[in-house]
Amino acid sequence: MAALLEVKNFEAAYGPTRVLFGIDFAVEDGGISTILGANGAGKTTTLRAVSGMIGTSGSVSFDGERIDRVATEEIVRMGIAHVPEGRGTFTSLTVEDNLTLGAYTRKDRDQVARDFERVYGYFPVLHERRLQQAGTLSGGEQQMLAIARGLMLKPRLMLLDEPSFGLAPMVVQALFEIMRQVNRNEGVSMLLVEQDAALALELADQAYLLETGRVVISGAAADIKGDDSVRRAYLGY
Amino acid sequence: MDLFVQQLVGGLATGGIYASLALALVMIHRATELINFAQGEMAMFSTYIAWTLISAGMPYWAAFFITVTVSFAGGVVIERVVIRPVEKASILTIIVVFIGLLLIFNSLAGWIWTYTIKPFESPFPDRPFHLFADISVRMHDAGAILVTLAVLTLVYLFFRFTPLGLAMRGAALNPESSRLVGIRVGWMLALGWGLAAAIGAVAGMMVAPITFLDPNMMAFVLLYAFAGALLGGINSPGGAVVGGFMVGVLENLAGTYVPFIGNELKLTLALLLIIAVVIFRPSGLFGKPVVVRV
Repeated sequence: MAALLEVKNFEAAYGPTRVLFGIDFAVEDGGISTILGANGAGKTTTLRAVSGMIGTSGSVSFDGERIDRVATEEIVRMGIAHVPEGRGTFTSLTVEDNLTLGAYTRKDRDQVARDFERVYGYFPVLHERRLQQAGTLSGGEQQMLAIARGLMLKPRLMLLDEPSFGLAPMVVQALFEIMRQVNRNEGVSMLLVEQDAALALELADQAYLLETGRVVISGAAADIKGDDSVRRAYLGY
Repeated sequence: MDLFVQQLVGGLATGGIYASLALALVMIHRATELINFAQGEMAMFSTYIAWTLISAGMPYWAAFFITVTVSFAGGVVIERVVIRPVEKASILTIIVVFIGLLLIFNSLAGWIWTYTIKPFESPFPDRPFHLFADISVRMHDAGAILVTLAVLTLVYLFFRFTPLGLAMRGAALNPESSRLVGIRVGWMLALGWGLAAAIGAVAGMMVAPITFLDPNMMAFVLLYAFAGALLGGINSPGGAVVGGFMVGVLENLAGTYVPFIGNELKLTLALLLIIAVVIFRPSGLFGKPVVVRV
Protein backbone atom coordinates (compact mmCIF):
# COMPACT_ATOMS: atom_id res chain seq x y z
CA MET A 1 0.00 0.00 0.00
CA ALA A 2 1.22 3.45 -0.88
CA ALA A 3 0.94 6.40 1.46
CA LEU A 4 -2.05 8.61 0.72
CA LEU A 5 -0.95 11.30 3.12
CA GLU A 6 2.70 11.78 3.86
CA VAL A 7 3.94 14.40 6.27
CA LYS A 8 7.61 15.13 6.74
CA ASN A 9 9.54 17.34 9.11
CA PHE A 10 6.38 19.15 10.11
CA GLU A 11 6.77 22.25 12.27
CA ALA A 12 4.14 24.66 13.50
CA ALA A 13 3.95 27.58 15.91
CA TYR A 14 1.37 29.90 17.39
CA GLY A 15 3.23 33.20 17.33
CA PRO A 16 6.50 32.68 19.17
CA THR A 17 5.31 29.44 20.80
CA ARG A 18 6.45 26.38 18.89
CA VAL A 19 4.03 23.51 19.03
CA LEU A 20 5.39 20.93 16.60
CA PHE A 21 9.10 20.16 16.33
CA GLY A 22 9.59 18.36 13.05
CA ILE A 23 7.27 15.38 13.11
CA ASP A 24 6.87 12.70 10.43
CA PHE A 25 3.84 10.52 9.84
CA ALA A 26 1.80 8.92 7.09
CA VAL A 27 -1.63 7.51 6.32
CA GLU A 28 -1.74 4.53 3.97
CA ASP A 29 -4.29 4.52 1.17
CA GLY A 30 -7.30 2.80 2.73
CA GLY A 31 -5.66 2.73 6.13
CA ILE A 32 -6.24 4.36 9.49
CA SER A 33 -3.45 6.14 11.33
CA THR A 34 -3.85 7.52 14.79
CA ILE A 35 -1.96 10.22 16.61
CA LEU A 36 -2.09 9.75 20.35
CA GLY A 37 -0.97 11.99 23.13
CA ALA A 38 -1.99 13.96 26.18
CA ASN A 39 -3.61 17.38 26.22
CA GLY A 40 -1.30 19.96 24.70
CA ALA A 41 0.87 17.44 22.87
CA GLY A 42 0.04 19.10 19.54
CA LYS A 43 -2.57 16.71 18.15
CA THR A 44 -5.17 19.26 17.14
CA THR A 45 -2.44 21.53 15.81
CA THR A 46 -1.23 18.71 13.59
CA LEU A 47 -4.66 18.24 12.02
CA ARG A 48 -5.21 21.97 11.61
CA ALA A 49 -1.82 22.26 9.96
CA VAL A 50 -2.60 19.45 7.51
CA SER A 51 -5.80 21.33 6.57
CA GLY A 52 -3.84 24.49 5.94
CA MET A 53 -5.49 26.38 8.77
CA ILE A 54 -2.21 27.38 10.36
CA GLY A 55 1.14 28.12 8.80
CA THR A 56 3.71 25.37 8.84
CA SER A 57 7.06 24.38 7.53
CA GLY A 58 7.88 20.93 6.28
CA SER A 59 6.15 19.01 3.54
CA VAL A 60 2.67 17.53 3.29
CA SER A 61 1.86 15.35 0.28
CA PHE A 62 -1.59 14.06 -0.52
CA ASP A 63 -1.76 11.41 -3.23
CA GLY A 64 1.69 12.48 -4.37
CA GLU A 65 0.84 16.18 -4.57
CA ARG A 66 2.26 18.81 -2.25
CA ILE A 67 -0.54 20.53 -0.32
CA ASP A 68 1.37 22.43 2.34
CA ARG A 69 0.90 25.79 0.62
CA VAL A 70 -2.68 25.13 -0.48
CA ALA A 71 -5.63 27.01 1.07
CA THR A 72 -8.04 25.11 3.31
CA GLU A 73 -10.96 25.52 0.88
CA GLU A 74 -8.92 23.94 -1.92
CA ILE A 75 -7.64 21.09 0.24
CA VAL A 76 -11.28 20.17 0.89
CA ARG A 77 -11.83 20.03 -2.88
CA MET A 78 -9.07 17.43 -3.16
CA GLY A 79 -11.14 15.09 -0.98
CA ILE A 80 -9.95 15.69 2.57
CA ALA A 81 -12.77 16.05 5.11
CA HIS A 82 -11.76 17.55 8.44
CA VAL A 83 -14.09 16.83 11.36
CA PRO A 84 -12.84 19.48 13.75
CA GLU A 85 -12.38 19.65 17.48
CA GLY A 86 -15.68 20.72 19.04
CA ARG A 87 -17.55 19.35 15.99
CA GLY A 88 -17.93 22.69 14.18
CA THR A 89 -21.69 22.33 13.88
CA PHE A 90 -23.67 25.11 12.17
CA THR A 91 -25.88 25.27 15.23
CA SER A 92 -28.72 27.45 13.93
CA LEU A 93 -29.08 25.51 10.66
CA THR A 94 -31.05 22.30 10.37
CA VAL A 95 -29.38 18.89 10.33
CA GLU A 96 -30.21 18.63 6.64
CA ASP A 97 -28.67 22.03 5.84
CA ASN A 98 -25.53 21.00 7.72
CA LEU A 99 -25.26 17.91 5.53
CA THR A 100 -25.99 19.93 2.38
CA LEU A 101 -23.09 22.19 3.27
CA GLY A 102 -20.91 19.11 3.67
CA ALA A 103 -21.48 18.40 -0.02
CA TYR A 104 -21.04 22.07 -0.98
CA THR A 105 -18.06 21.50 -3.27
CA ARG A 106 -19.60 18.58 -5.16
CA LYS A 107 -21.08 19.00 -8.60
CA ASP A 108 -22.69 15.54 -8.96
CA ARG A 109 -26.14 16.48 -7.63
CA ASP A 110 -27.75 13.07 -8.28
CA GLN A 111 -25.05 11.25 -6.38
CA VAL A 112 -25.34 13.75 -3.51
CA ALA A 113 -29.03 12.89 -3.17
CA ARG A 114 -28.08 9.22 -2.85
CA ASP A 115 -25.37 10.10 -0.35
CA PHE A 116 -27.99 11.58 1.96
CA GLU A 117 -29.53 8.10 2.07
CA ARG A 118 -26.14 6.49 2.58
CA VAL A 119 -25.26 8.80 5.47
CA TYR A 120 -28.73 8.45 7.04
CA GLY A 121 -28.16 4.70 6.76
CA TYR A 122 -25.14 4.99 9.05
CA PHE A 123 -26.90 7.43 11.39
CA PRO A 124 -30.67 6.81 11.36
CA VAL A 125 -31.15 9.26 14.24
CA LEU A 126 -29.99 12.11 11.98
CA HIS A 127 -32.77 11.22 9.57
CA GLU A 128 -35.30 11.48 12.39
CA ARG A 129 -33.91 14.86 13.33
CA ARG A 130 -33.20 16.16 9.84
CA LEU A 131 -35.44 19.23 10.16
CA GLN A 132 -34.30 20.06 13.67
CA GLN A 133 -31.84 22.85 14.43
CA ALA A 134 -28.46 21.21 14.79
CA GLY A 135 -27.75 23.10 18.01
CA THR A 136 -30.60 21.25 19.71
CA LEU A 137 -29.00 17.82 19.19
CA SER A 138 -27.26 15.97 22.01
CA GLY A 139 -23.47 15.86 22.10
CA GLY A 140 -23.37 12.38 20.60
CA GLU A 141 -25.79 13.30 17.83
CA GLN A 142 -23.75 16.41 17.04
CA GLN A 143 -20.63 14.27 16.74
CA MET A 144 -22.53 11.95 14.40
CA LEU A 145 -23.59 15.00 12.41
CA ALA A 146 -20.00 16.21 12.21
CA ILE A 147 -18.83 12.85 10.85
CA ALA A 148 -21.85 12.65 8.54
CA ARG A 149 -21.08 16.14 7.24
CA GLY A 150 -17.56 14.97 6.48
CA LEU A 151 -18.89 11.88 4.69
CA MET A 152 -21.10 14.05 2.46
CA LEU A 153 -17.90 15.27 0.81
CA LYS A 154 -17.29 11.69 -0.35
CA PRO A 155 -13.77 12.09 0.96
CA ARG A 156 -10.72 9.98 0.31
CA LEU A 157 -9.28 10.96 3.66
CA MET A 158 -10.98 12.00 6.88
CA LEU A 159 -9.21 13.95 9.60
CA LEU A 160 -10.99 13.18 12.86
CA ASP A 161 -10.24 15.32 15.90
CA GLU A 162 -11.14 13.50 19.13
CA PRO A 163 -14.51 12.11 18.11
CA SER A 164 -14.85 10.51 21.56
CA PHE A 165 -14.55 13.81 23.42
CA GLY A 166 -17.20 14.30 26.10
CA LEU A 167 -19.37 11.37 25.00
CA ALA A 168 -20.73 8.42 26.93
CA PRO A 169 -18.78 5.15 26.38
CA MET A 170 -21.73 3.46 24.65
CA VAL A 171 -22.04 6.30 22.16
CA VAL A 172 -18.30 6.25 21.54
CA GLN A 173 -18.38 2.49 20.86
CA ALA A 174 -21.15 2.96 18.31
CA LEU A 175 -19.32 5.83 16.61
CA PHE A 176 -16.09 3.90 16.31
CA GLU A 177 -17.93 0.92 14.91
CA ILE A 178 -19.40 3.14 12.19
CA MET A 179 -16.00 4.63 11.45
CA ARG A 180 -14.67 1.10 11.03
CA GLN A 181 -17.50 0.28 8.61
CA VAL A 182 -16.90 3.44 6.59
CA ASN A 183 -13.24 2.55 6.33
CA ARG A 184 -13.88 -1.08 5.37
CA ASN A 185 -16.82 -0.60 3.02
CA GLU A 186 -15.88 2.63 1.32
CA GLY A 187 -12.11 2.56 1.59
CA VAL A 188 -12.01 5.99 3.22
CA SER A 189 -8.61 6.55 4.81
CA MET A 190 -8.53 8.18 8.22
CA LEU A 191 -6.20 10.17 10.38
CA LEU A 192 -7.56 9.95 13.89
CA VAL A 193 -6.45 12.07 16.80
CA GLU A 194 -7.43 10.67 20.18
CA GLN A 195 -6.83 10.89 23.88
CA ASP A 196 -8.48 7.53 24.39
CA ALA A 197 -5.52 5.43 23.31
CA ALA A 198 -7.08 2.00 23.91
CA LEU A 199 -9.98 2.82 21.64
CA ALA A 200 -7.87 4.38 18.90
CA LEU A 201 -5.35 1.52 18.83
CA GLU A 202 -8.25 -0.89 18.40
CA LEU A 203 -9.32 0.90 15.21
CA ALA A 204 -6.04 2.04 13.68
CA ASP A 205 -3.37 0.20 11.71
CA GLN A 206 -0.62 2.69 12.37
CA ALA A 207 -0.01 4.75 15.48
CA TYR A 208 2.13 7.71 16.40
CA LEU A 209 2.67 8.86 19.95
CA LEU A 210 3.08 12.58 20.29
CA GLU A 211 4.71 14.20 23.30
CA THR A 212 5.09 17.99 23.46
CA GLY A 213 5.33 18.32 19.72
CA ARG A 214 7.58 15.36 18.97
CA VAL A 215 6.81 11.83 17.83
CA VAL A 216 8.32 9.65 20.56
CA ILE A 217 7.05 6.28 19.38
CA SER A 218 5.59 5.08 16.13
CA GLY A 219 4.70 1.74 14.65
CA ALA A 220 1.94 -0.70 13.88
CA ALA A 221 -1.00 -0.17 16.22
CA ALA A 222 -1.04 -3.85 17.13
CA ASP A 223 2.63 -3.77 18.22
CA ILE A 224 2.15 -0.69 20.37
CA LYS A 225 -0.94 -2.16 21.92
CA GLY A 226 0.97 -5.32 22.72
CA ASP A 227 4.00 -3.59 24.23
CA ASP A 228 3.33 -3.40 27.97
CA SER A 229 6.18 -1.05 28.77
CA VAL A 230 5.10 1.49 26.15
CA ARG A 231 1.53 1.21 27.30
CA ARG A 232 2.39 1.83 30.91
CA ALA A 233 4.90 4.60 30.25
CA TYR A 234 2.95 6.62 27.71
CA LEU A 235 -0.62 5.52 27.44
CA GLY A 236 -1.45 5.05 31.10
CA TYR A 237 -3.67 2.01 30.93
CA MET B 1 -60.25 57.52 7.95
CA ASP B 2 -59.05 58.73 4.58
CA LEU B 3 -56.14 60.56 6.14
CA PHE B 4 -55.33 57.64 8.42
CA VAL B 5 -55.15 55.12 5.55
CA GLN B 6 -53.08 57.49 3.47
CA GLN B 7 -50.65 58.05 6.31
CA LEU B 8 -50.55 54.34 7.02
CA VAL B 9 -49.79 53.46 3.40
CA GLY B 10 -47.28 56.31 3.16
CA GLY B 11 -45.68 54.96 6.33
CA LEU B 12 -45.53 51.45 4.88
CA ALA B 13 -43.94 52.86 1.72
CA THR B 14 -41.12 54.65 3.56
CA GLY B 15 -41.10 51.80 6.08
CA GLY B 16 -40.36 49.37 3.26
CA ILE B 17 -37.41 51.51 2.27
CA TYR B 18 -36.15 51.53 5.85
CA ALA B 19 -36.76 47.78 5.96
CA SER B 20 -34.62 47.21 2.85
CA LEU B 21 -31.79 49.31 4.17
CA ALA B 22 -32.15 47.74 7.62
CA LEU B 23 -31.81 44.34 5.96
CA ALA B 24 -28.65 45.51 4.21
CA LEU B 25 -27.25 46.66 7.57
CA VAL B 26 -28.13 43.35 9.22
CA MET B 27 -26.52 41.33 6.43
CA ILE B 28 -23.21 43.11 6.91
CA HIS B 29 -23.63 42.99 10.67
CA ARG B 30 -24.14 39.24 10.75
CA ALA B 31 -20.90 38.67 8.90
CA THR B 32 -18.77 41.35 10.53
CA GLU B 33 -20.63 42.30 13.74
CA LEU B 34 -20.40 45.93 12.64
CA ILE B 35 -22.76 48.53 11.25
CA ASN B 36 -21.76 49.82 7.84
CA PHE B 37 -22.29 53.55 8.27
CA ALA B 38 -21.60 54.04 4.57
CA GLN B 39 -24.58 51.88 3.53
CA GLY B 40 -26.81 54.92 3.06
CA GLU B 41 -24.25 56.91 1.08
CA MET B 42 -23.60 53.90 -1.15
CA ALA B 43 -27.34 53.78 -1.85
CA MET B 44 -27.36 57.51 -2.56
CA PHE B 45 -24.48 57.11 -5.01
CA SER B 46 -26.34 54.28 -6.76
CA THR B 47 -29.40 56.51 -7.07
CA TYR B 48 -27.28 59.16 -8.79
CA ILE B 49 -26.09 56.54 -11.27
CA ALA B 50 -29.75 55.74 -12.03
CA TRP B 51 -30.48 59.46 -12.38
CA THR B 52 -27.60 59.86 -14.85
CA LEU B 53 -28.82 56.93 -16.94
CA ILE B 54 -32.41 58.17 -16.96
CA SER B 55 -31.32 61.71 -17.80
CA ALA B 56 -29.36 60.30 -20.72
CA GLY B 57 -32.66 59.00 -22.07
CA MET B 58 -32.66 55.41 -20.88
CA PRO B 59 -36.06 53.91 -19.99
CA TYR B 60 -36.67 53.80 -16.23
CA TRP B 61 -36.64 50.03 -15.70
CA ALA B 62 -33.54 49.51 -17.84
CA ALA B 63 -31.77 52.13 -15.75
CA PHE B 64 -33.15 50.47 -12.61
CA PHE B 65 -31.71 47.04 -13.39
CA ILE B 66 -28.39 48.39 -14.65
CA THR B 67 -28.06 50.41 -11.44
CA VAL B 68 -28.79 47.37 -9.30
CA THR B 69 -26.18 45.34 -11.21
CA VAL B 70 -23.55 48.06 -11.06
CA SER B 71 -24.22 48.55 -7.34
CA PHE B 72 -23.83 44.83 -6.73
CA ALA B 73 -20.47 44.84 -8.50
CA GLY B 74 -19.48 48.01 -6.66
CA GLY B 75 -20.29 46.41 -3.31
CA VAL B 76 -18.17 43.37 -4.15
CA VAL B 77 -15.25 45.57 -5.22
CA ILE B 78 -15.47 47.72 -2.08
CA GLU B 79 -15.31 44.61 0.10
CA ARG B 80 -12.36 43.16 -1.78
CA VAL B 81 -10.37 46.37 -2.08
CA VAL B 82 -11.22 48.42 1.01
CA ILE B 83 -12.65 46.12 3.68
CA ARG B 84 -10.62 42.97 3.20
CA PRO B 85 -7.24 44.55 4.09
CA VAL B 86 -8.65 45.70 7.45
CA GLU B 87 -10.74 42.59 8.10
CA LYS B 88 -8.65 41.52 11.07
CA ALA B 89 -7.95 45.03 12.32
CA SER B 90 -9.51 46.42 15.50
CA ILE B 91 -13.17 47.47 15.55
CA LEU B 92 -12.17 51.12 15.73
CA THR B 93 -10.08 50.84 12.57
CA ILE B 94 -12.95 49.30 10.64
CA ILE B 95 -15.40 51.93 11.89
CA VAL B 96 -13.03 54.65 10.74
CA VAL B 97 -12.90 52.95 7.34
CA PHE B 98 -16.73 52.92 7.22
CA ILE B 99 -16.87 56.63 8.09
CA GLY B 100 -14.19 57.28 5.50
CA LEU B 101 -16.30 55.51 2.88
CA LEU B 102 -19.30 57.58 3.92
CA LEU B 103 -17.39 60.84 3.46
CA ILE B 104 -15.83 59.72 0.19
CA PHE B 105 -19.17 58.81 -1.39
CA ASN B 106 -20.81 61.97 -0.09
CA SER B 107 -18.06 64.26 -1.42
CA LEU B 108 -17.71 62.34 -4.65
CA ALA B 109 -21.43 62.68 -5.35
CA GLY B 110 -21.30 66.39 -4.55
CA TRP B 111 -18.28 66.83 -6.82
CA ILE B 112 -19.75 64.91 -9.75
CA TRP B 113 -23.41 65.94 -9.52
CA THR B 114 -23.21 69.11 -7.34
CA TYR B 115 -25.20 69.64 -4.15
CA THR B 116 -28.19 71.11 -5.99
CA ILE B 117 -31.34 69.18 -5.15
CA LYS B 118 -32.70 67.28 -8.15
CA PRO B 119 -36.12 65.74 -8.72
CA PHE B 120 -36.04 61.96 -9.24
CA GLU B 121 -38.57 60.26 -11.42
CA SER B 122 -40.96 57.68 -10.00
CA PRO B 123 -41.65 54.70 -12.26
CA PHE B 124 -45.28 54.85 -11.20
CA PRO B 125 -47.80 57.28 -12.72
CA ASP B 126 -48.53 60.44 -10.79
CA ARG B 127 -52.15 59.79 -9.96
CA PRO B 128 -54.04 58.38 -7.02
CA PHE B 129 -54.43 54.66 -6.64
CA HIS B 130 -57.90 53.55 -5.53
CA LEU B 131 -57.51 51.21 -2.63
CA PHE B 132 -61.14 50.58 -1.70
CA ALA B 133 -64.39 52.55 -1.52
CA ASP B 134 -63.48 56.23 -1.78
CA ILE B 135 -60.04 55.83 -0.22
CA SER B 136 -57.06 56.30 -2.47
CA VAL B 137 -53.34 56.55 -1.89
CA ARG B 138 -50.44 57.86 -3.91
CA MET B 139 -49.45 55.51 -6.71
CA HIS B 140 -45.76 55.83 -5.81
CA ASP B 141 -46.45 54.68 -2.26
CA ALA B 142 -48.31 51.60 -3.44
CA GLY B 143 -45.62 50.87 -6.05
CA ALA B 144 -42.74 51.32 -3.62
CA ILE B 145 -44.38 48.87 -1.23
CA LEU B 146 -44.71 46.31 -4.01
CA VAL B 147 -41.12 46.75 -5.18
CA THR B 148 -39.83 46.47 -1.63
CA LEU B 149 -41.84 43.34 -0.96
CA ALA B 150 -40.59 41.82 -4.22
CA VAL B 151 -36.98 42.53 -3.24
CA LEU B 152 -37.43 41.16 0.26
CA THR B 153 -39.12 38.03 -1.07
CA LEU B 154 -36.33 37.44 -3.59
CA VAL B 155 -33.69 37.87 -0.90
CA TYR B 156 -35.57 35.46 1.35
CA LEU B 157 -35.92 32.84 -1.38
CA PHE B 158 -32.25 33.21 -2.29
CA PHE B 159 -31.02 32.63 1.26
CA ARG B 160 -33.55 29.94 2.04
CA PHE B 161 -33.53 27.80 -1.09
CA THR B 162 -30.29 28.16 -3.06
CA PRO B 163 -26.98 26.40 -2.31
CA LEU B 164 -25.16 29.71 -2.60
CA GLY B 165 -27.56 31.34 -0.15
CA LEU B 166 -27.03 28.49 2.29
CA ALA B 167 -23.25 28.81 1.88
CA MET B 168 -23.47 32.54 2.62
CA ARG B 169 -25.46 31.86 5.76
CA GLY B 170 -22.94 29.21 6.77
CA ALA B 171 -20.03 31.57 6.19
CA ALA B 172 -21.62 34.21 8.44
CA LEU B 173 -22.51 31.70 11.16
CA ASN B 174 -19.29 29.75 11.38
CA PRO B 175 -16.44 30.86 9.11
CA GLU B 176 -14.05 28.13 10.20
CA SER B 177 -16.43 25.23 9.64
CA SER B 178 -17.39 26.83 6.36
CA ARG B 179 -13.80 26.73 5.16
CA LEU B 180 -13.67 23.08 6.22
CA VAL B 181 -16.53 22.22 3.88
CA GLY B 182 -14.85 24.15 1.08
CA ILE B 183 -16.79 27.43 1.14
CA ARG B 184 -14.63 30.35 0.02
CA VAL B 185 -15.58 32.52 2.97
CA GLY B 186 -13.86 35.66 1.71
CA TRP B 187 -15.92 35.61 -1.46
CA MET B 188 -19.11 35.02 0.50
CA LEU B 189 -18.43 38.21 2.46
CA ALA B 190 -17.84 40.07 -0.80
CA LEU B 191 -21.11 38.71 -2.21
CA GLY B 192 -22.84 39.85 0.98
CA TRP B 193 -21.54 43.36 0.38
CA GLY B 194 -22.68 43.17 -3.20
CA LEU B 195 -26.18 42.09 -2.19
CA ALA B 196 -26.40 44.75 0.51
CA ALA B 197 -25.34 47.40 -2.00
CA ALA B 198 -27.90 46.16 -4.54
CA ILE B 199 -30.71 46.19 -1.95
CA GLY B 200 -29.60 49.67 -0.88
CA ALA B 201 -29.72 50.83 -4.50
CA VAL B 202 -33.37 49.79 -4.75
CA ALA B 203 -34.12 51.57 -1.49
CA GLY B 204 -32.41 54.71 -2.78
CA MET B 205 -34.34 54.70 -6.05
CA MET B 206 -37.63 54.21 -4.20
CA VAL B 207 -37.00 56.94 -1.65
CA ALA B 208 -35.59 59.56 -4.02
CA PRO B 209 -38.97 60.49 -5.58
CA ILE B 210 -40.18 61.27 -2.03
CA THR B 211 -37.11 63.02 -0.61
CA PHE B 212 -35.64 64.36 -3.88
CA LEU B 213 -32.10 63.61 -4.88
CA ASP B 214 -29.18 65.22 -3.09
CA PRO B 215 -25.95 63.89 -1.63
CA ASN B 216 -27.30 64.05 1.92
CA MET B 217 -30.64 62.44 1.22
CA MET B 218 -29.79 59.10 2.86
CA ALA B 219 -28.48 60.46 6.16
CA PHE B 220 -31.92 60.48 7.77
CA VAL B 221 -33.06 57.36 5.96
CA LEU B 222 -30.08 55.45 7.33
CA LEU B 223 -30.91 56.58 10.86
CA TYR B 224 -34.49 55.37 10.51
CA ALA B 225 -33.23 52.12 9.01
CA PHE B 226 -30.81 51.72 11.88
CA ALA B 227 -33.64 52.33 14.35
CA GLY B 228 -35.69 49.70 12.51
CA ALA B 229 -32.83 47.19 12.51
CA LEU B 230 -32.28 47.71 16.23
CA LEU B 231 -35.98 47.52 17.02
CA GLY B 232 -36.37 44.25 15.14
CA GLY B 233 -33.09 42.82 16.37
CA ILE B 234 -29.75 43.59 14.82
CA ASN B 235 -28.95 39.91 14.33
CA SER B 236 -32.34 38.99 12.86
CA PRO B 237 -32.95 39.67 9.14
CA GLY B 238 -36.69 39.08 9.44
CA GLY B 239 -36.84 41.21 12.55
CA ALA B 240 -35.02 44.06 10.83
CA VAL B 241 -37.59 44.04 8.02
CA VAL B 242 -40.52 44.14 10.45
CA GLY B 243 -38.71 46.81 12.49
CA GLY B 244 -38.16 48.92 9.38
CA PHE B 245 -41.84 48.82 8.48
CA MET B 246 -42.80 49.63 12.07
CA VAL B 247 -40.51 52.65 12.18
CA GLY B 248 -41.94 53.94 8.89
CA VAL B 249 -45.52 53.68 10.08
CA LEU B 250 -44.72 55.05 13.53
CA GLU B 251 -42.89 58.00 12.02
CA ASN B 252 -45.76 58.91 9.72
CA LEU B 253 -48.56 58.46 12.21
CA ALA B 254 -46.73 60.30 14.99
CA GLY B 255 -45.91 63.13 12.59
CA THR B 256 -49.57 63.44 11.64
CA TYR B 257 -51.43 62.84 14.86
CA VAL B 258 -49.13 64.00 17.62
CA PRO B 259 -49.30 67.75 17.20
CA PHE B 260 -45.98 68.78 18.73
CA ILE B 261 -43.96 66.20 16.75
CA GLY B 262 -44.92 67.34 13.26
CA ASN B 263 -42.26 67.19 10.61
CA GLU B 264 -39.52 68.73 12.69
CA LEU B 265 -39.33 66.25 15.54
CA LYS B 266 -39.83 63.07 13.50
CA LEU B 267 -36.13 62.31 13.43
CA THR B 268 -35.89 62.78 17.16
CA LEU B 269 -38.42 59.98 17.44
CA ALA B 270 -36.04 57.64 15.62
CA LEU B 271 -33.20 58.60 17.94
CA LEU B 272 -35.39 58.12 21.01
CA LEU B 273 -36.38 54.72 19.67
CA ILE B 274 -32.72 53.76 19.22
CA ILE B 275 -31.89 54.81 22.77
CA ALA B 276 -34.98 53.10 24.21
CA VAL B 277 -34.18 49.81 22.45
CA VAL B 278 -30.55 49.89 23.51
CA ILE B 279 -31.52 50.52 27.12
CA PHE B 280 -34.57 48.32 27.55
CA ARG B 281 -34.24 45.55 24.99
CA PRO B 282 -30.77 45.44 23.40
CA SER B 283 -31.60 42.29 21.44
CA GLY B 284 -34.63 43.94 19.81
CA LEU B 285 -38.06 42.41 19.36
CA PHE B 286 -36.98 39.33 17.40
CA GLY B 287 -33.23 39.11 17.93
CA LYS B 288 -31.45 36.62 20.12
CA PRO B 289 -29.65 38.04 23.13
CA VAL B 290 -25.92 37.72 22.65
CA VAL B 291 -24.18 36.04 25.54
CA VAL B 292 -20.45 36.53 25.68
CA ARG B 293 -18.26 34.36 27.79
CA VAL B 294 -15.62 36.39 29.60
